[in-house]
Amino acid sequence: MKKHYVTIDGNEAAAYSAYHTNEIIAIYPITPSSPMGELSDAWSAAGVPNIWGTVPRVIEMQSEGGASGAVHGALSTGALSTTFTSSQGLLLMIPNMFKIAGELTPMVIHIAARTLATHCLSIFGDHSDVMACRSTGYAFLASNSIQEVMDFALIAQAATLKSRVPFLHFFDGFRISHEVQKVEQVSLDVMRAMIDDELVRQHRARALNPDRPVIRGTAQNPDHFFQGRESINKYYFACAGIVQEYMNRYAGLVDRHYHLFDYTGSPDAERVIIMMGSGAEAAHEAVDFMNNKGENVGLVKVRLYRPFSIEHFIKSLPPTVKSVAVLDRTKEPGAIGEPLYVDVVNAFVEAQKEGIGSFKKIPNIIGGRYGLSSKEFTPAMVKGVFDELNKEKPKKSFSVGINDDVTYLSISYDPDYSTEGEDVFRGVFFGLGADGTVGANKNSIKIIGEETENYAQGYFVYDSRKAGTVTVSHLRFGKQPIRSIYLVNKAKFVACHQWVFLEKYDMLDYAIEGAIFLLNSPYGPDEIWDKIPREVQEQIIKKKIRFFVIDAYEVAKKTGMGARVNTIMQTCFFAISNVLPKDEAIQAIKDAIKKTYGGRGDKIVQMNYAAVEQTVANLFEVKYPNKVTSTIKKPPIVSEEAPEFVKGFTAEIIAGRGDLLPVSKFPVDGTFPTATTQWEKRNIALEIPVWDPSICIQCGKCAIVCPHAAIRTKVYEPKYLEGAPATFLSMDYKGNEFSGWKYSVQVAPEDCTGCVLCVEACPAKSKEEAKHKSLNMQPQIPLREQERENYAFFLAIPDVDRRLVRINTVKGSQLLRPLFEYSGACSGCGETPYVKLLSQLFGDRAVIGNATGCSSIYGGNLPTTPYCQDANGRGPAWCNSLFEDNAEFGFGFRLTFDKHMEYGKELVKKLAHILGDELAKGIVKADQTTEEEIYAQRERVAELQKKLADNTSKDALNLLAVADALVKRSVWILGGDGWAYDIGYGGLDHVLASGRDVNVLVLDTEVYSNTGGQMSKATPRAAVAKFAASGKPAPKKDLGLMAMAYSNVYVAQVALGSNDAQCLRAFLEAEAYPGPSLIIAYSHCIAHGINMIRGLDQQKKAVDSGYWILYRYNPALIEKGECPLKIDSKDPKFPFEEYAYYETRYQMLTKSDPEGAKLLMKAATNDVKMRWNFYQQFSKIRYGNDCSKKDK
Amino acid sequence: MVDLKTTYMGLPLKNPFVISASPLSEKIDTLRKLEDLNASAVVIYSLFEEQIIHEQLTMHARLEQGTEAYSESLSYFPMPENFRLGPEEYLEHVRKAKEALSIPVIASLNGYTLGGWIEYSQKLENAGADAIECNVYYIPTSFDEDENKIQSRYIEILTAIKKTVSIPVAMKLSPYFTSMSRVAKHLEHAGADALVLFNRFYQPDIDLDDMAVKPHLVLSTSFESRLALRWIAILYGHIKTSFAATGGIHTSEDAIKLILAGADAIQLCSVLLKNGIEYFTTLYDGVVKWMKDKEYESVNQMKGSVSQKTCADPSAFERANYMKTLLSI
Repeated sequence: MKKHYVTIDGNEAAAYSAYHTNEIIAIYPITPSSPMGELSDAWSAAGVPNIWGTVPRVIEMQSEGGASGAVHGALSTGALSTTFTSSQGLLLMIPNMFKIAGELTPMVIHIAARTLATHCLSIFGDHSDVMACRSTGYAFLASNSIQEVMDFALIAQAATLKSRVPFLHFFDGFRISHEVQKVEQVSLDVMRAMIDDELVRQHRARALNPDRPVIRGTAQNPDHFFQGRESINKYYFACAGIVQEYMNRYAGLVDRHYHLFDYTGSPDAERVIIMMGSGAEAAHEAVDFMNNKGENVGLVKVRLYRPFSIEHFIKSLPPTVKSVAVLDRTKEPGAIGEPLYVDVVNAFVEAQKEGIGSFKKIPNIIGGRYGLSSKEFTPAMVKGVFDELNKEKPKKSFSVGINDDVTYLSISYDPDYSTEGEDVFRGVFFGLGADGTVGANKNSIKIIGEETENYAQGYFVYDSRKAGTVTVSHLRFGKQPIRSIYLVNKAKFVACHQWVFLEKYDMLDYAIEGAIFLLNSPYGPDEIWDKIPREVQEQIIKKKIRFFVIDAYEVAKKTGMGARVNTIMQTCFFAISNVLPKDEAIQAIKDAIKKTYGGRGDKIVQMNYAAVEQTVANLFEVKYPNKVTSTIKKPPIVSEEAPEFVKGFTAEIIAGRGDLLPVSKFPVDGTFPTATTQWEKRNIALEIPVWDPSICIQCGKCAIVCPHAAIRTKVYEPKYLEGAPATFLSMDYKGNEFSGWKYSVQVAPEDCTGCVLCVEACPAKSKEEAKHKSLNMQPQIPLREQERENYAFFLAIPDVDRRLVRINTVKGSQLLRPLFEYSGACSGCGETPYVKLLSQLFGDRAVIGNATGCSSIYGGNLPTTPYCQDANGRGPAWCNSLFEDNAEFGFGFRLTFDKHMEYGKELVKKLAHILGDELAKGIVKADQTTEEEIYAQRERVAELQKKLADNTSKDALNLLAVADALVKRSVWILGGDGWAYDIGYGGLDHVLASGRDVNVLVLDTEVYSNTGGQMSKATPRAAVAKFAASGKPAPKKDLGLMAMAYSNVYVAQVALGSNDAQCLRAFLEAEAYPGPSLIIAYSHCIAHGINMIRGLDQQKKAVDSGYWILYRYNPALIEKGECPLKIDSKDPKFPFEEYAYYETRYQMLTKSDPEGAKLLMKAATNDVKMRWNFYQQFSKIRYGNDCSKKDK
Repeated sequence: MVDLKTTYMGLPLKNPFVISASPLSEKIDTLRKLEDLNASAVVIYSLFEEQIIHEQLTMHARLEQGTEAYSESLSYFPMPENFRLGPEEYLEHVRKAKEALSIPVIASLNGYTLGGWIEYSQKLENAGADAIECNVYYIPTSFDEDENKIQSRYIEILTAIKKTVSIPVAMKLSPYFTSMSRVAKHLEHAGADALVLFNRFYQPDIDLDDMAVKPHLVLSTSFESRLALRWIAILYGHIKTSFAATGGIHTSEDAIKLILAGADAIQLCSVLLKNGIEYFTTLYDGVVKWMKDKEYESVNQMKGSVSQKTCADPSAFERANYMKTLLSI
């Protein structure tokens, strides 16, 4: 049979096999496994049947715990069911995994293996998650490549049905889940030949069925539990054999023969590495290379890790082996060694005892850790491990790939050692996020993989920020299957798709001698040479690089492509690289365009065609002199004024040299200094706002809406203007509170993202020229130097005394310094203005618990973090625990502060004789409602600390340890709707019910934004989202109403873009309310499919249509006999659809299912009306005595 | 009984009252009611060039926005297999209108450039449209565009559409031509089956709160029909295309005058939006009554009877009338 090849990533390979051999798929989004669920959902929506001809059903649950529960239920009633997950998601499944395995239920969980959060979160790959499941009773099958993922997903499904042991099929997150490779697609006939229908029927026969009732899941007791638990043993004894049986059957169907342990290398090797996962492919490549060079080494790839077959393992090894290195991609602190190492040692000991194999003596076994959190693992490191084995006394327990200069466990290796063949094309492509570079490269791989005999590989490295990000595509093509599962570092082709990268990244470091460098440049071949930095010139000359330029911006502009240079740069690549004959390549690109964009309309296709056609004429090779002539030098990574930690640590990560940081540079517990974004000047705005004071009305709206704290206002005494730069602008302050003072609006030119929201919000228009506002966008580059100086001057002016500010006005609130600045959120983000407002109002005494999601990523992703400090060094203290537990986590903060307040007061009373009665009484009785009162308490606590500074009594020391908590703390619990409405709702509900003083801010984007827009229970009816491709059929959950049901929770719904004053009031009231508070904040989002410049306008429309009701529910009013609910919205001005159909999330359904869209829109419109009417009535309910009197 | 039958661009109509391209045709139910009220044909609301092109661009931009930039969210929307941008919804509407009605259904294409959108006329024909009304809504604001080319634009668009379809094509025009008569002649030669006179340009307005220019829909008034009256009367008998009058027809008298000037069809919109579709009967009955009162037997008899060619004072349609009008004050 002719083989069918496809170019896909690991997630698609797993989902393909899993989807076709199951019928119920319950999922929950988590990186990097989400695409498996999304693909399954898309196939199900499109009616793709499984191998039995029926369409599997996909259901999104509220958490991975929920998904595993649903799977367990589906399995128990006889369905074939699967799920996909990663990391902490897998941990949430563990309770059910014990149950599923305990009940001998056949199923497979497919895992894109990801680092477990420990001292920090990481979305990248290692085996710490799967290794945490070792005792569940699941079998573990490891795939090392995309092809193996497709193969093993099927083998696991076949084996589980026969063995009745459930399987955990895993592959490395990102490195395999997201790597694109050309693989053979297994046919459905092969699948049918692998899956025994009789076993499926047996599984169904074991199902819960009232026609043949049984009971399962009983409670058992000491006299019988144990024996029952032992009854499963024979299934585990048989399991390995069954897996091999199906591997053999598979080999008969396709041309790939796998074993439980696959050995490769010299048949009489003396040194052997044992490992599993994608790193084994790099090791395979290294072993082949080394043996070709006359060495004598080997590799065992562990396929079936559990149940571990000692016999199969020992027999896979050559009897000549003298030393073994076992490599684990996980860390188990405190253990004798990492899991695979311990098992291998044990296997050798057991084999020796039982006489299995022909080893006379147990080899010398050492164990090492590699590749945690997708740390690169290369053939150079493999060579380093083999070299270590050659040593007389190799390290027993080591790490490889890092420099451990603290415990000296790392082994050394030669980073220049390379096994890459000459016959493999290797290219790296630097693109700007969303400029289409990655998409074009994926297309190139498909073209080469599917149009030629070549094998193709693509891996894509993304930034950790969401705006102005760099993407690096690593591509390989060659005649042989590609095992190089590591980044390209000796490139034959380097492409820079964005001119601005020249000053930021050392791209030519990747290039080998004679490589090609393709640069998207606004300068032509004759003028380019002196426009590039000296460092780049040096590399070009030294490496004899062939240098090409194209003005892709111009071609894109002419052909209507806007900022997307993808098609143009892709065409250049094919034109220069000669991977395919030129005409053939151009036709293939056009075919790919048609395939990719056909559904988007003819205009899009034609536009791309035009770009292809105009590219070649604009591509030039540069003839350059053999000497460095440029006067341009790359700027320093961070300012010289940055703290030492930032210069020595943060800057290295920014510069892309994080891999070289030694262990000693790291905090031991994941605790870092705050306020570091200020040192990373990203300069991503093409245009920045320029202030015209002549028409400014000092409303503060520009500052309150700025998502990046990049435009600020300040009020100050005129004396501070002394020495101001010539272009620094100021005006007289308008208002009595600072009469005679000056006022400035200042942009942070290098931190602004150019989102335009400030200009959109600015209400002040010129009388002479309506389009001219008090803020107007102008190109950044000509203003950069001047405004950098102005901003530095602005920052140096002292912040106004908080006690003097009317913080209950928008204008006043914006005179407070933001303690959340320059985050890596999307340009124009709808969430961050709320976080910034919080930081201004309460940041100097706030402790924030942040649920995992967008807000934890822009809030706490290295290298630089946005929470910062005021002039006194105070600012928000921030931590992310998990996704699901955030309410409880923040609640714990409250418990501590309440306890420490209590304990502190007890000690103050005890030490009153030292402190003085007045001070002691002042501290204990302090009312800390206003800024003045908080200030006074801080003064008192400072006095206390001074008085006790030299006191060494136990009580004094204990009091000093908790004295800070005598000043009121503001506890904030932040997260998105995925957390608050779904995975964290149980905990949130409990915390709200507690009555304790916590403040919950829900940044409601109505989807799981951070993982790519999956439906949550906050998603409104009729909106399209992932897992709701046909539009969400159910209405949005009313979280606010549910909280109001407790009647002692302060609840507010706000939308800054609609009513900033109401939003401010809600924040102040929520914080002041002495019980639990919940603020639900409308956050426009890129996942809504809007022009982000219009984000504020959409917020306004959401409110004006009656969809997003602004309200405040203040339980304090009940005591006054008033209705606690105040509606702050006016009557709806226009129908819901007028708001909704501006957004792609609603609009796209009219394109895919017009009839369905109409029905859902009708229902959604009705939801809006009903909710509006309900809230209207609710707000008129009579409360208190007044009510009871009338009722009598 | 008077005979109201007329022929409009080769389509036999039971009377001259056609529903013009407007929101009136958005719902099939409304169309059915209009047919029951005796409307003789319907022009479906316009499929705009912008709808076809710009919607594609906008949707494309929004779907691509932020993609492949950040590792946890490589995209933000699902991509359903059957997701199609383009005029499918409009085509479906034409199809449904055709199924629901027995009167002719005329599709309306509204654009101003020679481009891919013209190809959709073929799809409209396939969807069952009996004719196409092409509305070249063009405001030549460029200071650089050659004035002679502005006129050519209309001819080129018509020629392109005529090449694509075999059903009749009407050109809906604005009155702002240097020589209306000559343009009409050119369009006739290029194959126009009818001229629809005139397009109303919705003029912008200034919002005094926002200090911003905003669109503001103002319904037509009876007076506006006079412009069509002048030009239909002038062109009648010289240009072989059919004529439809549109814009400002609010009373039976307005309609009667236009038929007398030479209109084959009377397109109604504002009057029905303002008074409700039932008002159709008032207009219809008014014409019948007038015909009876004046003892006209048929619309054909009336048609063009007071055109420039047939009226007693041809100068009344020309410059001389200006002076007369002033003197009449």
